[in-house]
Amino acid sequence: MINIWEVNETNNMVEHENLDVRTITLGISLLDCIDSDLDKLNEKIYNKITTVAKDLTSVAKDIEGSYCIPIVHQRISVTPIAIIGSAACKSSDDFVAVAKTLDAAAKKVGVNFIGGFSALVSKGMTKSDELLIHSIPKALAQTEFVCSSVNLGSTKTGLNMDAVKLMGEIIKETAEETKEKDSLGCAKLVVFCNAPDDNPFMAGAFHGVTEADAIINVGVSGPGVVKTALEKVRGENFEVLCETIKKTAFKVTRVGQLVAKEASRRLNIPFGIIDLSLAPTPAIGDSVADILQEIGLEYAGAPGTTAALALLNDQVKKGGVMASSYVGGLSGAFIPVSEDQGMIDAVLANALTIEKLEAMTCVCSVGLDMIAIPGDTKATTISGIIADEMAIGMINAKTTAVRLIPVVGKKVGEMVEFGGLLGYAPVMPVNPYSCDAFINRGGRIPAPIHSFKN
Amino acid sequence: MEKSMDRTIITVVGKDTVGIIARVCTYLAEHKINVLDITQTIVQDFFNMMMIVDMNKSDVSFLECSEGLGTLGEEIGVSIKCQKEEIFEKMHRI
Repeated sequence: MINIWEVNETNNMVEHENLDVRTITLGISLLDCIDSDLDKLNEKIYNKITTVAKDLTSVAKDIEGSYCIPIVHQRISVTPIAIIGSAACKSSDDFVAVAKTLDAAAKKVGVNFIGGFSALVSKGMTKSDELLIHSIPKALAQTEFVCSSVNLGSTKTGLNMDAVKLMGEIIKETAEETKEKDSLGCAKLVVFCNAPDDNPFMAGAFHGVTEADAIINVGVSGPGVVKTALEKVRGENFEVLCETIKKTAFKVTRVGQLVAKEASRRLNIPFGIIDLSLAPTPAIGDSVADILQEIGLEYAGAPGTTAALALLNDQVKKGGVMASSYVGGLSGAFIPVSEDQGMIDAVLANALTIEKLEAMTCVCSVGLDMIAIPGDTKATTISGIIADEMAIGMINAKTTAVRLIPVVGKKVGEMVEFGGLLGYAPVMPVNPYSCDAFINRGGRIPAPIHSFKN
Repeated sequence: MEKSMDRTIITVVGKDTVGIIARVCTYLAEHKINVLDITQTIVQDFFNMMMIVDMNKSDVSFLECSEGLGTLGEEIGVSIKCQKEEIFEKMHRI
């Protein structure tokens, strides 16, 4: 039988170490909404989302009450809109109208983000993909809850460098369209290599075409819990360190698995996956950088950071996989800058640069995430940074992503305030040398040799 | 299996005072909630009690019980929490 020490341990994690379930994300297929008439398409999309997701927030609240575990977000991901809108949308403005429909549906059901304003263009762009991509700046400026993502490459297809070039320009335009809000639109826009179909985390969540009609995916969290557990093994060797992370990740993930199964049962929607990512927030004590410091670094970014992050990420997966029946999504430690107080501190101390962050992304799940850069950074430079990150994903057969915010009117060292969970960040310097001739070549980078496994 | 689904853990944490257990147990008895186990300890000068109860025959819903005990806790000056047992089972047992 459960004893008082176990009960106290669990409750301490929640009350003092920021243990929570970060998100229940309801994936909804919109394939059956496709129509050649734009008004009908919008109506079908609105009706489907508001019907399937009508109980999502109330069920999450009930589960919170049953277990006294906070469920921070409820979100929705939908089939990439470039596919859904391809028959109806004849212009970028048509896609903006669909974005507004998604926004209205999200508002109606009470979720705080809806993902899937997306295009999958890893090998080529259809006319519809191009229209959607061109509509992103306006769509993000004119909606509140919509998140957008574009998959630019994969290990199987190589990199679509035309799309990489285009996205550099689109990110700049999105920054310009939302310049009154510190270019906030860019915080809701992410580009991927090897984007997963079942990622529950924003801004990159979309409901892949290989998925069922509706599915529950859950993202757990708990950097604070791992940090606290590691405080108790200071000075011990790597074996003890790794075992501690593994056991902690197991416990954290079991809570996510319980919540996911319960949400699935109460909503009568199948359970998809648990995403094992350690997701930080700007709250004190909820930081991945703090874990790296606890492992033994003065600041995140110091020599040893990549190795520390690699072991952290691997142990989290080893513990988490055992705790859940299905694991997927991004599953690894997130290293966003603005959403992690320890990362912000490291940047302010000049310990952490974009180049070091890039190295770190080779061993963790996401990529260059929530990094504010000067507003006058050239579009080709942004494309160059994206290309580097996509190449890491392509060659290493892993998901990588870029979410950069070229903050209009801000210079290196200035602070940018995004508010809430998106946090705040100092503007980081970007390598000033040009990659224009590289980016302007156009075409595709072929898939790597090790992708030919057939 | 069916039975264990109805097991709830009640935790009481706060400053020690006369009659905490009595008042919590009275509330539970009034609502036909059966106490299976009680553990009590003092952690850092704080009263710390855990009860395992069976709500199978309870005449109030889990939510009502949780709110009722929450209010009672406020009256006594302690924090009372109701949680389904599964969260602890899942976390601490393979």
